Amino acid sequence: MIQPSLAHVLQPKWRSGLQRLREERSGGGGKIVILTVVALAFWAAVFGVLYRVLRYFRGVEELGPLLAGKLLGLVLLSFIAILVLSNVITALSSFFLAKDLDLLVSAPVDWLRLYLAKLGETLLHSSWMVALMALPILTAYGVIYDGGWLFAGYALLTLAPLVVLPAVLGTAVTLILVNVFPARRTRDLLSIIALGAAGVVILLFRMIRPEQLARPEGFRNLLDFLTVLRTPTSPFLPSEWATDAIMTYLRGGLDALPLLLLWSTAAGFVTLGAALHAHLYASGFTRAQEGAERFVRGGVWHRVLNGLLAPLPVAKREFVIKDVKLFFRDTQQWSQLILLAVLVVVYLFNIKALPLFRGEQVPFFFITLVSFLNLGLSGFVLASIAARFIFPAVSLEGRQMWLLRSSPLDLRALLWSKYWVGTVPLLVLALLLTGLTNILLKVTPFMMVVSLATICALTLAIAAMALGFGTLYPQFETENAAQIPTSFGGLVFMMSTIVLLAAVIVALARPVYAYLEAVNAGTPVRPDAWMIGSFVLAAGLCTAATVVPLQVGLRRMERFEF
Amino acid sequence: MIRIDGLTKNYGSFVAVDHISLHVPRGTLYGFLGPNGAGKTTTLRIIAGILRPTAGRVLLGGDDVHQQPLVAKRRLGFIPDRPFVYDKLTGAEFLRFVAGLYGQSGDGVERRLDELLEVFELSSWKDELVEAYSHGMRQKLIISSALIHRPECIVVDEPMVGLDPKAARLLKDIFRQFVDRGGTVLMSTHTLEIAEAMCDRIAIIQHGKIVAAGTMPEIRQQTAAGHEVGLEELFLKLTGGAHARELAAVLGER
Repeated sequence: MIQPSLAHVLQPKWRSGLQRLREERSGGGGKIVILTVVALAFWAAVFGVLYRVLRYFRGVEELGPLLAGKLLGLVLLSFIAILVLSNVITALSSFFLAKDLDLLVSAPVDWLRLYLAKLGETLLHSSWMVALMALPILTAYGVIYDGGWLFAGYALLTLAPLVVLPAVLGTAVTLILVNVFPARRTRDLLSIIALGAAGVVILLFRMIRPEQLARPEGFRNLLDFLTVLRTPTSPFLPSEWATDAIMTYLRGGLDALPLLLLWSTAAGFVTLGAALHAHLYASGFTRAQEGAERFVRGGVWHRVLNGLLAPLPVAKREFVIKDVKLFFRDTQQWSQLILLAVLVVVYLFNIKALPLFRGEQVPFFFITLVSFLNLGLSGFVLASIAARFIFPAVSLEGRQMWLLRSSPLDLRALLWSKYWVGTVPLLVLALLLTGLTNILLKVTPFMMVVSLATICALTLAIAAMALGFGTLYPQFETENAAQIPTSFGGLVFMMSTIVLLAAVIVALARPVYAYLEAVNAGTPVRPDAWMIGSFVLAAGLCTAATVVPLQVGLRRMERFEF
Repeated sequence: MIRIDGLTKNYGSFVAVDHISLHVPRGTLYGFLGPNGAGKTTTLRIIAGILRPTAGRVLLGGDDVHQQPLVAKRRLGFIPDRPFVYDKLTGAEFLRFVAGLYGQSGDGVERRLDELLEVFELSSWKDELVEAYSHGMRQKLIISSALIHRPECIVVDEPMVGLDPKAARLLKDIFRQFVDRGGTVLMSTHTLEIAEAMCDRIAIIQHGKIVAAGTMPEIRQQTAAGHEVGLEELFLKLTGGAHARELAAVLGER
């Protein structure tokens, strides 16, 4: 029987992709311009930092290329680690949970085509971000070591097998896991493992203080520097082959062995992966159809939350209880808290690592300045968290909106519940971040009060903006909450938040400066019209940023159609 | 109980519902029929307050669904064709949540919840997450949710899809009893036998317009059909029976 071509099996995917692209284009040029600017800024930043480091390395006789090679090896090894994790998770969706599987599996498509099509899909979904990240890094290498235009093609030739390997490996791990656990339970398990691993990687990365790489002159001797650069090296690591291939080329030579190793291993992996797929996929797919066995008695939850929320009207109470339960029962949601905890630890570690208290006399000016600017940074961290947890709140109701809209639920109550369910934990985190940072910095009571009051007002505004923008740019079709903040609306929200943070900090700069002057002069701080006006302006900005997005969100929600 | 006046819904230049008017009296089981894409689901979703009409109005018990939504919707139970519910809630939690949306809670809701789950044979699944439910069980849960707050009228889109024969029979009995006790049901269905057997009155919609409405004898009269003509024949006559004949011809080709 004639089999459909691989391109035919993949046709719905690329056609849908093209259509989405066309829709994006017809949606106006503004979106594309903003995305391009953000991407270029990111690339420029990565390129800039690496360019500086590599230029320094290039200036070091003999050791320079070695250090550059070590750095590339470290980067490629990290990419492989990230790609394996990301492929394991993506493969679970594309091979076992995707909506098109019923059609493909029931059609007379042979197992090899199905495997290759799904492997390609998994590879593309999990590797595009790493590929984008690799672009400025390799460009920096190419520019510093005069790789020329041909280097682009050569780098592609080297990296292509390097992304295939983790895709096959990740897919194989998923295939085996699904044969042991039900697919949905595997997904939960993987979310926790992946996020836990990511948390550990971030912590380790932070603890080795990578910022020291950018200023090698600060090292006491070369040995210290090499110690920091110590990376796992093994002749069996594909990242080492790729590093060898690239660095040899950049030094003007050409070694076919690393390329041969990369390509033959990739081909071998695909063959082995296909064989494993042939043996295990049918049973794994069958198991994936079984639901995760879940028997839940929510009595305790219900009683505790009911008691706490007793003063609220029934509809609001039930809504809050529902949202809290859904959050803690969805492993993909609550497991993000692991990363959040790591983020807080890293944040506080950064503050503690600041070289403020090394001198004899504590520089009061710097402490106040850091504490003040910390408001902006905390605000940014809170905005990122709001983007992840509050921004998708309305989008996630999309599939159930038939129920909410056909019931006599006041949309204000819905918005109110969503707002407070998101804001209360964010507020606790904000106070914790700012309060602990201030304690670590040993700030004065004046700065403590100013920063705590400001961060409270900012948190209320950030949460409202997240909800407002989430309602203005809903993603009702997306089932994965983690994808929603990466949409265009998420970007607009983050940019608006940065504007708010900047405005509030500028507004408060005057009274903080007046306070510093007064302390320096040894005179008591006298609140004048300027100071009071600045505080009123900052409060006004935060109030407007709280009320307006909620009002706009409510009006938008009233016009939703399904 | 349900009154629709000059209802129109446009999607861009496409007219999905074209100036329709309909009255569903209290204590009536009203069938709403039409071919695919005729505008049934759009009309029902406007009645449920999910979609806003381009023009016209919908009254539930005298209250405009879009002007006084909170009052009007208290009377309504809506059952959609696609059973999307919160996967991470249990059946009981979902029903409790829906009751809460209608401002109801406490022992009364708990008793009602147990009754409904018992009737739909979901009692043993009460504390199981909805993600483990089959399509039919989800449909039963949604039907229970439409009944949990004791509505005065039910608007239901394709209720029999995914139900096993026992549940389908049960649902028919429930709707009949609901109507006999003074409730009102507006039901869209493609199963013409069910519509003919169950409904007191029927409206047929085609290309967004109502092409016939009334009791079976009234529709026969409107279409100048004989006394013996069944609903299927009438439906095909009104909505283009030629298509069915063409389909038969195509299926017959080898």
